[in-house]
Amino acid sequence: MIKLKINGQEQSWDGDPDLPLLWFLRDEVGLTGTKFGCGQALCGACTVLVEKEAVRACITSVSDVVGREVTTIEGLHPTGDHPVQKAWRDLNVPQCGYCQAGQIMQAAALLIQNPKPSRDQIREAMAGNICRCGTYQRIENAVHLASTGV
Amino acid sequence: MNIQTNPNKLRGFERHIKVEKVKVENVSRRSILKGLGIAGGFVLAAPVMSRPAFAAYKTGADKMPHGTVVDPRVFVAIAPDGLVTIVAHRSEMGTGVRTSLPLVVAEEMGADWSRVRVQQAHGDEVKYGNQDTDGSRSTRHYLMPMRQIGASARTMLEAAAAKRWGVPATEVKAINHEVVHDATGRRIGFGDLAADAAKQSVPSIESLKLKDPKDFRYLGKGEIRIVDLRDITVGKAQYGADVRLPGMKYAVIARPPVTGGKLVSFDGTEATKVSGVEKVMEVKGWPWPSKFQPLGGVAVIARNTGAAVKGRDALKIVWDDGPNAKYESVAYRAQLEEAARKPGLIVRKEGDVDAALKGADKVIVGEYYLPHLAHVTMEPPTAVADVKGDKAEIWAPLQSPGGTREDVAKTLGIPEENVTINVTLLGGGFGRKSKCDYALEAALLSKDLGAPVKVQWTREDDVRNGFLHTVSAERIEAGLDKNGKVIAWRHRSVAPSIASTFAADTVHEAAFELGMGLVDMPFEIANIQCENPEAAAHTRIGWFRSVSNIPHAFAVQSMVAEIAHATNRDPKDTLLDLIGSPRLVNLSSVKDLWNYGEPYDSYPIDTARLRKVVELVADKGGWGRSVPKGHGLGIAVHRSFVSYIATMVEVSVDEKGKLTVPRVDTAIDCGTYVNPERIQAQIEGAAIMGLSLAKYGEITFKDGKVQQGNFDNFPVIRIDEAPLVTNVHIVPHDPDTPPSGVGEPGVPPFAPALINAIFAATGKRIRALPIGKQLET
Repeated sequence: MIKLKINGQEQSWDGDPDLPLLWFLRDEVGLTGTKFGCGQALCGACTVLVEKEAVRACITSVSDVVGREVTTIEGLHPTGDHPVQKAWRDLNVPQCGYCQAGQIMQAAALLIQNPKPSRDQIREAMAGNICRCGTYQRIENAVHLASTGV
Repeated sequence: MNIQTNPNKLRGFERHIKVEKVKVENVSRRSILKGLGIAGGFVLAAPVMSRPAFAAYKTGADKMPHGTVVDPRVFVAIAPDGLVTIVAHRSEMGTGVRTSLPLVVAEEMGADWSRVRVQQAHGDEVKYGNQDTDGSRSTRHYLMPMRQIGASARTMLEAAAAKRWGVPATEVKAINHEVVHDATGRRIGFGDLAADAAKQSVPSIESLKLKDPKDFRYLGKGEIRIVDLRDITVGKAQYGADVRLPGMKYAVIARPPVTGGKLVSFDGTEATKVSGVEKVMEVKGWPWPSKFQPLGGVAVIARNTGAAVKGRDALKIVWDDGPNAKYESVAYRAQLEEAARKPGLIVRKEGDVDAALKGADKVIVGEYYLPHLAHVTMEPPTAVADVKGDKAEIWAPLQSPGGTREDVAKTLGIPEENVTINVTLLGGGFGRKSKCDYALEAALLSKDLGAPVKVQWTREDDVRNGFLHTVSAERIEAGLDKNGKVIAWRHRSVAPSIASTFAADTVHEAAFELGMGLVDMPFEIANIQCENPEAAAHTRIGWFRSVSNIPHAFAVQSMVAEIAHATNRDPKDTLLDLIGSPRLVNLSSVKDLWNYGEPYDSYPIDTARLRKVVELVADKGGWGRSVPKGHGLGIAVHRSFVSYIATMVEVSVDEKGKLTVPRVDTAIDCGTYVNPERIQAQIEGAAIMGLSLAKYGEITFKDGKVQQGNFDNFPVIRIDEAPLVTNVHIVPHDPDTPPSGVGEPGVPPFAPALINAIFAATGKRIRALPIGKQLET
């Protein structure tokens, strides 16, 4: 029996320990905010926080995160008002919205590591997250807004 | 079957156009009423009639399957507490339509948007009218009907208030969620009036008074955010894959690696040993060409998607690759290019192009090639189905909820009224989700298993088993007289048609493909000939955002810059010269002119508007400004989906050939509009999609199989390669100018503007996409 801590809550799993965390979150726990996009850590749609780092849940197995704090988009902020979430809304970032949970988690991780990233650092840090609608200009501006207030 | 003359039938193919009055007797079927459960509210049991919209301008809306329904009883409900519910009957895939159309209703009825709730319609075209969310049609076809619906509801509310007060209806006015009587200062909220308003007769469309545009509170302002914004940012927005039902099984399917192939045998022994796998079973497939029906294959059923994927990896399958097993992209390209060098079916002819080319002082020839593309929506195809006996319920991201309902019914052999289609948010659409094969797979599996099933396509499935954008060779010959004036234009386009997905013997582009930038080319040239040599398809071809406009506009707009170079002239001036005088282009020489299904009177090709977007983008983008070394400016314009769009791109190419895009400017004339903020977003996104296809986009085949599978070998643009800034310039219009498309038309001019900018920067003319390594030195 594997024990996990997700968004502060204990979860247990007695199935395949190699199951990707993504499918455990989505199909077994019902935390569907974390999205499937590629299955190979190429698009970032499944990004979650493990402790303070952005991790691709699609190539992270359940057993990899035993004893570590996992945070998904649902647990990023108790009322959904993390500065990154607010900036996303202020600048009307999403179009279809599907990739945005992963983008927001990646941006949140960036601001933990580097609270005042430069424009180039934002583009570098966010380059693992694909948005097929093409909201990049607003993503960059929103991360900047979240970090600086302007 | 004659596809060329019946292009309107092609969306939701074989769905015949039925604009007829249909009675809906059974009130319980109407989800909006059931969902609201309001006693005494604005809810009606009267028969719902389908009626054509009356408007200042005509659109092609009534020619779509099931036409248009203009009836407030279908789209609006008011609860006694004043909460107004407005139905969104089109699908949300990122354009903002789920917000925009209900907002139009709210505007006209005088509702306060903060007291409006949007409810997504089921797939039910008898009730709501056409729901195909494609072709950049939603605002174009529904702006006026939604205004009329809102005005109708307002009129009923005003009549109810006037009656209660015993004053003439002309003395009262609905404003900000209440009806007021100015003379006496009396006012009643919408909630208090709801029950009485419901008893009023629905006014005729002809009698409706639309709101004076100067009183608009929301329309054209761009201040209202999309209704799903908060949910999206907190992970609560529900897409197809997010639906979970009690007892639901998770399925992934191994499909034939070659389109048209079929299953010979399989061994699921190892797969069933995988932890979490419950069953391995065959999925029925349809023979080539399979339309929107499933390709068939082997499904692995599991307790979660991860187990199903792992189980699928352990399957042993023998396939018969079928008739397309030799499809190979290098050879096919040569074949298309060869065909483009020979005469083909003439689809537009003005003057004598052969004689004019022969007599020309100079002939410039451009041969262009654009490969297959995959949609790669961020949400791969997925659907949940629950089939019980002769009833089926589907939850899925669908661009065509009405067509899906018909197809599910046909596939399962049950009556259409027994099929409930729940439309979730779409994690991207781009035309892929106009084809409901994934929903049909889920329906078939659920029926066999007797349990709810979710089918999840992996990214590899999406890239390898989808409906690809066509592949094409384009060849243009331009004949110039001794003054450098273009006197002859021959454009040959060779590409497998979307119609091949429905009819195996298809070798020509359909009228709706020819009409996307080939035969409707707007230049003022004396001798024009467009030809369409034959090309047979060897994979499933489907609609991809902006469709055939991509290759056609690429060829035409590249050629303009080639002519400019050959005559040593400015590309923008050359472009304006070719467009010629401000006029409505006479295309009487084109048989079956598609014009995006719109009447030409309402939506002519107006070269004054085409010129204007060129001039606007050149002005705003600073055409002719000096740029640093290694930088270049390119421009292109294209009319598609009856909108006019010009794009100007600044590129930088360094000494190693690394391409960056410091700036993009786009001017759009889409007639009157609802939400300029979302137009801006669509155009920003179109620049990214245009850059993706120009720089990287290529699906290739070998031995009949797609050689790519994921974002590693089918890359798309990421944030670190995105334009540093994209500026969007919208041409303002009054509400009498017919609205036109926004979702798609931003894409076609981007790639040629980019390529023209690269030429300006480097002197290197790229004629085959993607750019790939062509700039590397």
